Amino acid sequence: MTVDTMKQIETEKMVINFGPSHPATHGTLRIILELDGEKVLKATPEIGYLHSGFEKLGEHLDYNQYITITDRMNYLSPLCNNVAYALSAEKLMDIEVPKRAQYIRVLMCELSRIADHLLAVGMQAVDLGAMTVFLYGFRLREDIYDLFEMATGTRLTTSYTRVGGLMRDLPEGFDKAVLQLLPNVVNVVDDIETLLNKNRIWHQRTKGVGVITKEDAISYGISGPQARASGIDWDIREKEPYSRYDDFDFDVIIGLNGDVFDRYLVRMEEIRQSIKICYQTLDKMPEGEVNIDADSGYILPPMDEVYNSIEGLIYHFENIMPNRGMEPPIGEAYVPTESPNGELGFYIVSDGTRTPYRVRTRPPSLINYSIFSKIIEGHMIADVVAILGSLNIIAGELDR
Amino acid sequence: MDRREIKSNFLTTTVESAVNWARKNSLWPMPFGTACCGVELMAVLAARSDIARFGAEAIRFSPRQSDLLIVAGRITIKMMPVLQRIYQQMPEPKWVISMGACASSGGVFDTYSVIQGIDQFIPVDIYIPGCPPRPEGILDGLIKLQKLIEKEKFSDYSLPNSS
Amino acid sequence: MFLQNLITKVTEQFSDSILDTTEFRGETVLHIKGECVLEVLEVLKSEGFHFLADLTAVDNLEMGGFERYSVVYHLLNHGNGERLVVKAYVPENNPNLPSVESLWKTADWQEREVYDLFGITFDGHPNLIRIMNPDDFKGHPLRKDYPRIGKGERKDFPIVERNIGTKIGRSES
Ligand code: SF4
Repeated sequence: MTVDTMKQIETEKMVINFGPSHPATHGTLRIILELDGEKVLKATPEIGYLHSGFEKLGEHLDYNQYITITDRMNYLSPLCNNVAYALSAEKLMDIEVPKRAQYIRVLMCELSRIADHLLAVGMQAVDLGAMTVFLYGFRLREDIYDLFEMATGTRLTTSYTRVGGLMRDLPEGFDKAVLQLLPNVVNVVDDIETLLNKNRIWHQRTKGVGVITKEDAISYGISGPQARASGIDWDIREKEPYSRYDDFDFDVIIGLNGDVFDRYLVRMEEIRQSIKICYQTLDKMPEGEVNIDADSGYILPPMDEVYNSIEGLIYHFENIMPNRGMEPPIGEAYVPTESPNGELGFYIVSDGTRTPYRVRTRPPSLINYSIFSKIIEGHMIADVVAILGSLNIIAGELDR
Repeated sequence: MDRREIKSNFLTTTVESAVNWARKNSLWPMPFGTACCGVELMAVLAARSDIARFGAEAIRFSPRQSDLLIVAGRITIKMMPVLQRIYQQMPEPKWVISMGACASSGGVFDTYSVIQGIDQFIPVDIYIPGCPPRPEGILDGLIKLQKLIEKEKFSDYSLPNSS
Repeated sequence: MFLQNLITKVTEQFSDSILDTTEFRGETVLHIKGECVLEVLEVLKSEGFHFLADLTAVDNLEMGGFERYSVVYHLLNHGNGERLVVKAYVPENNPNLPSVESLWKTADWQEREVYDLFGITFDGHPNLIRIMNPDDFKGHPLRKDYPRIGKGERKDFPIVERNIGTKIGRSES
């Protein structure tokens, strides 16, 4: 068709509704697309389909109870949420947890990061038609679930941290299990990269698609791998180290183009760095307690004391009773952490009672998603799923 | 054909049980995974648990092509109308699994925006407890549903209204 | 040092709109009046705090403060890694303050969220509509006087029965 005839064809704008129950929207995203043929003229994301009142709930649960709620926020990497919340609460109460607990937290966070990135890449690949990557990734994810189950007792909703330490120490043989798993991770990452890195279809679907420029990334508040793929050298683990991340040696992965392909590459490379950190934590893992002293009033006494001594029992009840409980100082605290999706932090305001006055989550998914309508403009409708997959939007965290 | 040959070449059954047998072993689920339970639902589809062993691997994201609605995750006040719409779009016969504490009862989210149990507003056949249920639990729920389907009678269904 | 100098500078420039400066656990908080937030943040942005990490609000009904609501801005300086919290106070009647969407695009959705959950309005926002709750939702749930279990919104749905060939009870097994 020549350009002249193209002009004569009257095309009408078409409006279609994408989601909220659509396989590529991972559950609960809804986008209203204005199309000209297959070209997207305008996209209006509509969110809130999973708004479950997390922040309201936070005002009614005490500091340790709320940890169970944080699991359900970003359910691809619940341990990162647990750690982020515990860190904020500890900053508020001015607690320094023992070194061993901090190292275990780092180890758990990095394992979660591996699992999260694997699933993110896998889901993105499924949406673009590459089922194998998802199956490979998920098989490994199951192995990581096994590790979590070993340490925390559950697969997904881990609730592993406590204000002032951890729920319990690592079980016997955990380090061996991790050491056994890590070479597998390398294999799977290699497999996935063999499948995708030189795959022509993958290149055509992802290169130059959904480019986020550096300026946009800053203006839209983008963080995490999505920002690093656009060339922003900002990794909170390195720049504002928390939980002793400065003891470990790893590289910050930066992309150049900021397109879907770069975001994929950054994620894969970050998995490799996480493996490196995991080895180091196991190497350097100190001995000792994982909880602060029970005298501080912030932590429950050990179980055998509760069962066998009257002081322990009283102490336990003092801590959990609705009209007693821990008494944090009045104030507010915010600790930024590097979750697999970007900057995650809990802004806790305390009025001195056993429940926080206000708990706000800085949700990386929400903030990273807001750029979507800008970067999709002018692309084909098929690119919608590619970009959505690469932003890795987790509805639980998006809507809270 | 002598008698013995006939016996070994024929199977007698009722139409009802034959139909039920066919229905129960080829459930086509429509996964309505909204939150964390959706991730475990994904795990059931993936390699280790492999729901295909129970004939329910033909995931259809279109309600019109499926007969089993698996509601996995919290349903909020904004989502409920969507869920009801999807339920109404599914052709009969259809079954509903409410997976996880949130879908069944609201779970830990006793807040202004979470529906405290979807069974208040749509019919539910099987509840799977857990937060989230393990993949084994989901498979168990599926098997329970299959047993339920096995026992269904045609007379349970009235004829479609002629109006 | 950088932060100290900047705060002194801003306090001098906007002496009548800065209410207080506090520090707790190493976090500096700048308390300002709501109406001048755009000017103050513009200065802070040009001085290096070019990244708006988070925007939220707190209802001070029970805890007390300068005013009923405070809108909280978490700023980050990528250059030296400093963070600064700015709290802008708005009164109970007609809570309203200028939008910072013109400075940071990320404020678009987050201000909508604050509007939805707290009922604080932002002047100059391009599209101030509800984001989390349905459009016909009444009230603002994160206000302290809104009950946690809501006002019956979660009960307010039609009951759907099976549509074709109504099932008349399953036979007992
Ligand atoms: S039941 Fe538990 S795991 Fe399932 S959606 Fe609810 S909170 Fe998440």
